[in-house]
Amino acid sequence: MSQTPMRDVDPDQMTVSDEIAIEIIRMNKWFGSFHVLRDIDLAVHRGERIVIAGPSGSGKSTLIRCINRLEEHQNGRIVVDGIELTSDIKNIDKVRSEVGMVFQHFNLFPHLTVLENCTLAPIWVRRTPRRQAEDVAMHFLEKVRIPEQAGKYPGQLSGGQQQRVAIARSLCMQPRIMLFDEPTSALDPEMIKEVLDTMIELAEDGMTMLCVTHEMGFAQAVANRVIFMDQGQIVEQNNPHDFFNNPRSERTRLFLSQILGH
Amino acid sequence: MSNPNHGPDAYLREEMLPEMPPPARETGMVKWLHENLFSGPVNAGLTVLGLLIVWFLFDHFYPWFAHSVWNASSLPECRKIIAETWGEGAGGACFAVIRERWNQYIYGFYPPGLYWRPTLVFGLLFVALAPILFSISRNIRRIVLMTAAIATLLSLVALNTPSIWLGVAVAIFAVALLVAERHQMWLLGFSAFYPLLGVWLIWGGSFWWIIMILAGMGFGWLAFIIAGRLSPLLAGSSAIVVTLLVWVFLSGDAAKDAENLYSLAITRVDSEAIGGFLLAITIGVAGITMSLPLGIVLALARRSDMFLVSSLAVIFIEFIRGVPLITLLFVAQLLLNYFLPPGTSFDIVLRVIIMVTLFAAAYMAEVIRGGLAALPAGQYEAADALGLDYWKAQRLIVLPQALKISIPGIVSTFIGMFKDTTLVAFVGLYEPLKNISDAVRANIEWKGIYWEPFIFVGAIFFIICFSMSRYSMYLERRLQRDNR
Ligand SMILES: Nc1ncnc2c1ncn2[C@@H]1O[C@H](COP(=O)(O)OP(=O)(O)OP(=O)(O)O)[C@@H](O)[C@H]1O
Ligand SMILES: [Mg+2]
Repeated sequence: MSQTPMRDVDPDQMTVSDEIAIEIIRMNKWFGSFHVLRDIDLAVHRGERIVIAGPSGSGKSTLIRCINRLEEHQNGRIVVDGIELTSDIKNIDKVRSEVGMVFQHFNLFPHLTVLENCTLAPIWVRRTPRRQAEDVAMHFLEKVRIPEQAGKYPGQLSGGQQQRVAIARSLCMQPRIMLFDEPTSALDPEMIKEVLDTMIELAEDGMTMLCVTHEMGFAQAVANRVIFMDQGQIVEQNNPHDFFNNPRSERTRLFLSQILGH
Repeated sequence: MSNPNHGPDAYLREEMLPEMPPPARETGMVKWLHENLFSGPVNAGLTVLGLLIVWFLFDHFYPWFAHSVWNASSLPECRKIIAETWGEGAGGACFAVIRERWNQYIYGFYPPGLYWRPTLVFGLLFVALAPILFSISRNIRRIVLMTAAIATLLSLVALNTPSIWLGVAVAIFAVALLVAERHQMWLLGFSAFYPLLGVWLIWGGSFWWIIMILAGMGFGWLAFIIAGRLSPLLAGSSAIVVTLLVWVFLSGDAAKDAENLYSLAITRVDSEAIGGFLLAITIGVAGITMSLPLGIVLALARRSDMFLVSSLAVIFIEFIRGVPLITLLFVAQLLLNYFLPPGTSFDIVLRVIIMVTLFAAAYMAEVIRGGLAALPAGQYEAADALGLDYWKAQRLIVLPQALKISIPGIVSTFIGMFKDTTLVAFVGLYEPLKNISDAVRANIEWKGIYWEPFIFVGAIFFIICFSMSRYSMYLERRLQRDNR
């Protein structure tokens, strides 16, 4: 599954700035008495593309869901775009409208058309006039190459198309950071490519991306850092070349041999 | 066609086979009968047994219906006619009682000269409902409004409606038909005003009351705007407080003074006079329209993270569901007055409506909670991730889907509640099934008549409930198609 062909990547455009987009400091999280995330320290620069890998149950989803507060962390600090996530609802809503998220199972709204899915948040959260929101939505639907599906309902689209709509829906809020939680895991192999291509394009546009995925081809081509998690901890992080060619920890090596199948 | 990948003797179909008709056993009537009625000895036996039962019932009841008499002024006269036509000892229905007393079944003891008022209210109900129930299809909306307009206007003419009101009715229907073509959402304005108009037309009294109630809401709205400038949190509560203050301290006197200056009153009708299907439908419609929003609020409250809110909702729902409706009605009749300040009289029909609404709302809340629970967590997460706040997420994402899932349950609750309106018989109101029939039988002419009124009332209940059920199926199909 790691060998899905993708289009070539133009690395020149993917610039990373010194500005820090996300800062996580000694963050811990428990589900009841279960310690899922342990002392996470992570700084993400603007324009960085980070791939998070790790075995099932290692807390990858939980980590990125903490960044837009779908999960609440119990101690430590998370600062997104200069806003610290606390129980203050105002800050949470602000962060959520700046951070886009794409889910494994798309989570499109089945009772709304593709266009309505894309204009809902801009209209109701950003108070964009409907006309303008629709123009923006069409722009992003063109970007993910499905403008002709705008009038359909999500149930009428293929999985790959639905995931691209979900990406467009997030982009319509014009976020500065995008989180992806296994965006291709629920897709058939031939649909994975179209979604990955869309994500590569985003990366080339300079989007800050955190991406939980097992698509190691994507990680090699696009990421400038790969993070390996196990048992709620960041075990290793490195640039993709070194990460894949000479992993430092035994657990990473084991994981890579399993996932790459050799 | 040569295929380089296969050897010379590899199998390859060169031509596609044509489609062939299925064997006769597999189509049409024969197949249907075989599959559905005679697929085995047990099934065949059951089919025969079923046919026998149908025949037995038909044989028993057909003569009774066939011999029915529609033209007579009393039960003895009915019997005489039947005996003369069909011979001594023949049974037959005496539907003449319906012909003679239909007005009591429909209007109770409402003054006959004013029958046009509730009739107009009923007709306008369809205008008020059109933008809500038939918002999806312009064609169906047109048909519903047309039918309602024609039927209402014909009835109004037959009921000797004063010409001013006939004019008003024509005007409302005409405007509604026009508006419904292009701007059906404007009709929602009428839907909002309809309850006040309906109450005024049925109970009568001064129109100034209605104006003052609206004025109170107007002041509340002003307060909402002004307080909203200061803090959005203050806006809602100050609107409610101001509205209530105006209603309690100003509206009453103002309405009386205005009435003295310039009278806008129509004849008052007491609640005791309201009966028959007028009563059942009034309670039913009011209960249905109020129990749905209340049920939604209760369902959301029950799922709330806030402990106090959710426990209050649980207590309310479990208490109401644990008590028979009749108990609540007795409470409405006897106890409610103890809690009210002395001297205030609180209309019995209104009290009953409140109890029926609470009762239905508790069931509604559970039905809707089921719909909410059926929604995948991903929907909530996606709404959160996009930055929608709780209320917007509920209104735009959660409720439209949850309510759609709950349609069958919601409509069942409506139907059950509408039939339960007959229970108001126990607090002395003249609902059609028992108390009106008793009143009819109390006359010497119709003493002893029994089945015919039940059949008539049952048939009307059936028509109304069946329509609701069909509507819900239509709506489900409609929403299904949209989301395919
Ligand atoms: N809501 C929850 N309540 C309790 N435990 C949870 C909850 N969500 C996740 N967990 C547990 O936390 C751990 C980490 O879960 P998480 O979903 O972050 O793993 P993951 O790395 O994304 O795994 P996968 O690759 O299977 O998606 C798992 O052991 C999981 O069982
Ligand atoms: Mg996961």
